[in-house]
Formats: sequence, C-alpha cells, structure tokens
Amino acid sequence: MNSTNLSPATYQVDEHGYYGQFGGAFIPEMLHPNIEELRSRYLEIIYAPEFQEELQVLLRDFVGRPTPLYFARRLSELYNAQIYLKREDLCHTGAHKVNNTVGQILLARRLGKQKIIAETGAGQHGVATATVCALMGMECIVYMGEHDIKRQRPNVERMKMLGATVVPATSGSKTLKDATNEAMRHWINHPQETHYIIGSVVGPHPYPDMVARFHAVISQEIKSQLREKTGRENPDYVLACVGGGSNAMGAFYHFLDQSEVQLIGAEAGGMGVNTGKSAATTQLGKAGILHGSKTLLMQTEDGQVVEPYSISAGLDYPGIGPAHAHLFASGRARFYDITDEEAMRAGLLLSRTEGIIPAIETAHAFAVLPKIDFKTEEVVVVNLSGRGDKDLDTYIAYPY
Amino acid sequence: MPVQNRLTQLLQSPRANLLTLYFTAGFPQLPDTLPVLEALAQHGADIIEIGMPFSDPIADGPTIQQSNQRALENGMNIARLFEQLADFRQRVPDTPVLLMGYLNPVLQFGLERFCAQAAALGIDGLILPDLPMREYQTRYRGLLAQHQLSHIFLITPETSADRIRTIDAESEGFIYAVSSSSTTGKTQGLASEQIAYFERLQKMQLKNPFLVGFGISEAAGFRQVCQYARGGIIGSAFIRALEGPGAIAEKVKAFMDPIKG
Repeated sequence: MNSTNLSPATYQVDEHGYYGQFGGAFIPEMLHPNIEELRSRYLEIIYAPEFQEELQVLLRDFVGRPTPLYFARRLSELYNAQIYLKREDLCHTGAHKVNNTVGQILLARRLGKQKIIAETGAGQHGVATATVCALMGMECIVYMGEHDIKRQRPNVERMKMLGATVVPATSGSKTLKDATNEAMRHWINHPQETHYIIGSVVGPHPYPDMVARFHAVISQEIKSQLREKTGRENPDYVLACVGGGSNAMGAFYHFLDQSEVQLIGAEAGGMGVNTGKSAATTQLGKAGILHGSKTLLMQTEDGQVVEPYSISAGLDYPGIGPAHAHLFASGRARFYDITDEEAMRAGLLLSRTEGIIPAIETAHAFAVLPKIDFKTEEVVVVNLSGRGDKDLDTYIAYPY
Repeated sequence: MPVQNRLTQLLQSPRANLLTLYFTAGFPQLPDTLPVLEALAQHGADIIEIGMPFSDPIADGPTIQQSNQRALENGMNIARLFEQLADFRQRVPDTPVLLMGYLNPVLQFGLERFCAQAAALGIDGLILPDLPMREYQTRYRGLLAQHQLSHIFLITPETSADRIRTIDAESEGFIYAVSSSSTTGKTQGLASEQIAYFERLQKMQLKNPFLVGFGISEAAGFRQVCQYARGGIIGSAFIRALEGPGAIAEKVKAFMDPIKG
C-alpha cells in the first residue's frame, strides 16, 4: 500500500479520524457496521493496483481528466497577478463532484453494494452520482431539499433522465442539511445493500478523508501543469469556494504542507454575515456535531442547528468539513465571506472577461480576487469548480 | 465503584417485563413535561426516558422528528427542562428517569454542568445515541460515574459479538437492543431473524439485561419482546397518543392501561 507516500502528513486525518479537535465519527449504532467496514477497508481498496487502474481509465476517458489549467489573461490584467483557472467545470457533468462519485462507486462495488444513495444541494453531486450509477447499472436515490429542487430545476431533470429517483426532503429549511438528514435515515433503514455516496468532505470518518483523496487529483494536476507552464509547481495562492469544502480540499490537498502556498476559501456570506441570512460557517460557527462529525457549525446557544442562507444551493450548508475547520483554527487557510451580490457580480464579470459562465458557488471564489492585494508576478490558481448552466435562471433574474 | 442509582437498583431486583416509555420534553405543549412524567409513573411505567429535542435527529422517524420540532418551537431547551424538573423527585420518587438526546445540545450546555445538574435533580442515566465508544471511554465514563449516572448503549442485529461484549463491559444498567436496523417509529411484528437475534443475546450471558426498543407500539408487541428481553421500550406510538385530544393524564392512562393489562 503506497497511500502514505501520496499524502502530506501534517494536516491529514489522525488514526482516530480527527483533524486536530475536529472530525471523528459521531454516529448512532445503526450506522456503525457500515462506517466501520468503510473505515477498515477504504485505503486498502482505493490503493489496490487494479482499483487505481480502473479509476484512472475512468477519470481519463469518462470524466475527461486531466482538466486544463488555463492562464486567464484578461482577468490577470484586471487584478494585476498571474491568474490560472483550474477548469473543473470541464469535467463530465460540469463540476468537480464526479471525481468523487467515480471513486466511490468503484468502492461501493468492491463492498458488494447494489444500491446507491446521495444527498445534493445544487444538484451537481446528485447529477454526478446519477451519472456513475447509470454507468455501472446501479439503482440510485438522491435526496434533495424541496427548496433546492425548485431553484435547481435543470439538474433535477438531468438526474431523472439518468434514471435516478429524486426524493424531496421536506423537513427544516428544505435544503442540503435536510437532504443529508434524509439520506442518513435511508441508510439506517437499508444498511446492508446500500452505499451512501456523501458529496463533500463532511460526515463521519472516513468520509472526509476518503472524499478528499478522490478530489486530491485536482491539486496533483495543478502541480504538474504549473511546472510545465511556469517552471514552478507551487502557486502563491490557491482560491476555492467552500460549502462543505470538497473542491477546496481537492485544490488544497497537495499544498497543505507547502506553507509558502496561501490557501484561501470563499464562504457564502449570503445577504451579509451579520444579517441572519448567511452561510459563512467559519465566521458564524462554533465547534459542534452534525452529520457524524465534530466541526464548526452554525448553531444557537442551545446547540440547535441554524438554517443557513445562500443564493447558491451548493454553499447553503450550516457546517464545513472538519479538515477545513482545522485549517481555519490552525490558521493554515484563510476564509473570506462573499455576499450574494459580490458572487453574482463576479460570475457576470468572469463571463464577460473570459467567456466562462461559472456556477454561482464557484463565483464566490472569484469574488475574493479584488479583496487581495496581489503582486504582479504572483501566481494565483482559482479552482473553477463548476459551470453555470444550472444557474442561468438565477443569473438572469438577478438585479445587478 | 459501580454506579448506584434507581435504575441499577431496579435492574438488580427480580422484576421482569419492564415497561419503558419515551417522550419528548416540552411536547405537545411546553409545560407538559412534568404532567406526562408524573402520569407515566402513576400508570405503571417502570423506566421513563425524557427526550431532549434536537433540530436534526437523524436516527428518528417522522413521529419523533415532528415532536422534536414542535418542542423546539415551543421553546424547549436543556436549561428550561432542568427548571421544569426542579422538584420532580417529590412527585416521582422511585421511577428511574433517563435523559435521551443527541450530543450537540449537551455539549453546548457544557458536559460537566449537564451531568452535575442532571444528577442533582435525580436523573439516573443518559442515552446519547451519537456518542462514540472511544469518546465515552476517554471523556465521559469517569464523569458519569462520579455523578452516579448510567450510560445506556444501543446495539442492533448487525452489532458484532465483540462489540456487544465491549458495550456490556462498559454498561451500568441495561443494553438498549434496537429491534431491527431502522429509524424509530417503524411498526412491525417480530420476524424470525429478530427472534434469532434476541436468542443470540440471551445465550451471550451478558452482565447487563437488555431491553428491546424501536417498532413496539402496543400491548401485543410489548408482551412478545418480554418473552426474550427484560422489557421493552415504546416511543413513537406514545408520542402519537399524546398528540390526540384530551387531558394529559387521561391520554397517558388510556395508552398505558392496555399494555399493563
């Protein structure tokens, strides 16, 4: 097993499933056999040569990897820096999410599972899961908040066309948190035949680590592509949006121990951090437990989870992956809160300067660019995590 | 030193067919906690579990989800629950009472403060379904023992024999045997694999008795599990009974009488 050679050590999960004080597996006993099976087997399965071979073929021929690292000339002039875009929006299905679903479905098959469940916010993870289920001929159920079903209609239709059953989550704020609750309940009720493909670096150990490893290909490619283009493999900055934090963790992964690389996360500030309409977890959260892990969590003084708000369905989550909570607490990464308006304007700007319409989630990362005083020669990589086709209605209706 | 409280005393006695009821604090109305508790004790509950509501109860089905939601809307929280329970031991002197709930509200209240206040009120134990064993062993066990609080662990038909042995060794009270792999509130009779599971537990000669919960809704189901277990636990069905019209005391009596026979 060569997993230890592939991973940097310092910010990695420890033997008990923790990142500093965050992480763990806070699950009811009903999920224990499944989580324990995953924990004891995921590394051995993932790093088996035949698994890697199958995964690499799918990533290349089905997903379309490596995705380009694109030098954004006009954006670089605008912000006075050397800005490169990691084009995860060019992955099959239109976002990075498929890196993880391809990996997890191969894992699910090796665990002997026949059915797949998933939660989704913006629908990107749902589409990516429905896609790999179609590819493997497996049954797929996707839980999605009723509110998100309305605002992400095109992705709902795509999931259905791919053969998935989309089940509305009608509790709470009817968004990603509630979809996750429903998916976990489904898993409790159908533990033996079902694998739960969690869509972000959240949930009980080993999910945050497993999902991070499947997305680590993003930073692995950035390194080699930057070396080719600039002669150096470490940028000065890596920028990514953070809801649960899967694309950010993939973009950060191989730079975690390179302290000269500044890691920047963009959280959804919503209407503004202090308006009560926000999803900026590092600003508004404190340590708590949700969906099986201890992490920064938006909650009341009584420990009840607060309903977050963001214009982007994919960032509308009251927590953050435990690894990100640790990066924040340790100061290794910095987090900016980006309002709806800043994100929408950044999305429009990217469309007009580079000819790329980003997902609204991704637009949050671009809204950080004007907030940092770059030096002209500094190399900045923005993880362009998804494309904006699903968001056209919101973009068009927005009063800029 | 072993934990000594009303629960361990009850379980050390020869009494069988122990009927345990779960209800959500502050449901259906905020001030109903104590009246429900009293009525349950009066009408024959052997053990009572008071649920502390949480916004995201992932192990619960729709009935208990909704009771949690209602209780939170009513303004229930741990501080208020402890106020309501201030002198409950004058009214319910002997029945073991457990607090059940997800970990996060307890953590935010402060674990040590929670244990100290609960014990001072006369609470006998805790059921924290999302508390991992290792956390329990490293941070909770000593604190709970110091306050004479039992911790009740859940097991399911899928829990391995090794893990059941560990849980038995760590338990001071009973083991909560979930009848099938499911969320709460799925009503079903006993299938042959469940009976095999209970018989497997009987043969293990555990130091703690086990009580069966999840899926028991009425007298027949209760009597059936009592053939194998020290008792049974009813939750969702009782919550549904509390939702109906009428005075609390009458609703509780009407629910309990047929089960107590």
